[in-house]
Amino acid sequence: MEWSWSVAYDVMPRLAAGLIVTVQATLVGALVAYVLGLALAILKMSPYRLVAWSSYWSSEFVRRTPLLVQLYFLFYVLPDLGIFLEPFAAGVIGLGLHFSTYTSEVFRAGIENVPKGQWEAARSLNYSTIQTWRHVVLPQAIPPMIPPLANYLITMFKETPLLAAITVVELFNAANIYSNSHYKYLEPMTLVGTFFLLVSIPAAALAIRLENAFRRKA
Amino acid sequence: MDAVLEYAPLLWRGTVTTVELTLASAALALVISFVVGLARLSPYRAVRWLAIVYLEFFRGTSALVQLFFMYFVLPLWGIFLPPILAGIIACGCNLGSYGSEVVRGALQSVAKQQHEAAIALNYTTYQRYRYVLIPQAIPMMLPSFGNLLIELLKLTAVTSLITINDLTYMSQIIRAQTALTLEPFLAILVIYFLISTVLIGGMKWIERRTSKGRNTIVRQGA
Repeated sequence: MEWSWSVAYDVMPRLAAGLIVTVQATLVGALVAYVLGLALAILKMSPYRLVAWSSYWSSEFVRRTPLLVQLYFLFYVLPDLGIFLEPFAAGVIGLGLHFSTYTSEVFRAGIENVPKGQWEAARSLNYSTIQTWRHVVLPQAIPPMIPPLANYLITMFKETPLLAAITVVELFNAANIYSNSHYKYLEPMTLVGTFFLLVSIPAAALAIRLENAFRRKA
Repeated sequence: MDAVLEYAPLLWRGTVTTVELTLASAALALVISFVVGLARLSPYRAVRWLAIVYLEFFRGTSALVQLFFMYFVLPLWGIFLPPILAGIIACGCNLGSYGSEVVRGALQSVAKQQHEAAIALNYTTYQRYRYVLIPQAIPMMLPSFGNLLIELLKLTAVTSLITINDLTYMSQIIRAQTALTLEPFLAILVIYFLISTVLIGGMKWIERRTSKGRNTIVRQGA
């Protein structure tokens, strides 16, 4: 099987358009994952045992089942219940929901790792709850969270091809559609792999640098 | 619900395929983890570089892309893999790259004095790893391996896209034949959850067995 540059040039614009959708899905999905993850972390730390227990197990249920099936669930089941979502919206919600169970652990660990003495010091200085969080807890909790959160961003980027299964035309699906209609598999699939490497290797290197930067500070 | 019960044999076959696929690729991933993880610690630069290329390739490209590459591109070079084999190789190679980092990390965190003691006792490199370093590193690897096993189980769902008749594929068949959506997907979500929970329980059991009577600090989760 010979590599054909004309096929590569032919498929390139479609892949570029797909890459934009992939990046959008990653960023919006990550935003959903971070916001939901923080909410989930707070619920898991709730003093009410029922709230803590049910949020822990619902998060475990999502975490222990495949993202692909969750995407099918959002895409096929919700319309039957009268909720119609665009494929992209369903994909982003699924991606964000799935990874919020991972990010919630990062948030929980980050908050719990602030030593108890810090809370007590804030209280003895007569800080209000808002002041305690704003000036004492969050400035110490956030920096160690950044590297793992960045790593999940990269993981989510690599999971976006699953959105192809619910008809989102992102990078992988753009190549797959082209492959199936032209019966050329080598060039599109190789290029998709290359695109992923081109984004994820520098991103991973950046994440390692972030990790080192924040470790020095700590 | 009746419809799902009617299709229970299909779901059962899917469950068996999913479990087989998970265990077979876990075995492959475990071998790759050790080979690549140990290669990262090799004194030869070329070996270390090969291991890094492997790691970055399989960790840096998406699992679905690897799977499609094996299923659609390799036949163009005359390599025909049956879907199930392509699935096992893709899942195993993908998770093996993550596992190799676990192996390397655990081996590097064994105390330096242990290396020195083994050298002082005139152990060969093989003996040093076989009798001193690896046995101490394994308890440290287990929690991460447990997490990766769950990731692997979830990854096998993707192989339904190359026509492997696992649980996810079966749910699509049921959906197509009955036009039901909630029941088949909910049923397989519950089955996946049960399989993961059993796997987590099994890994925790192995962790307890191996850390019994040892003074190792086993890190919890990741």
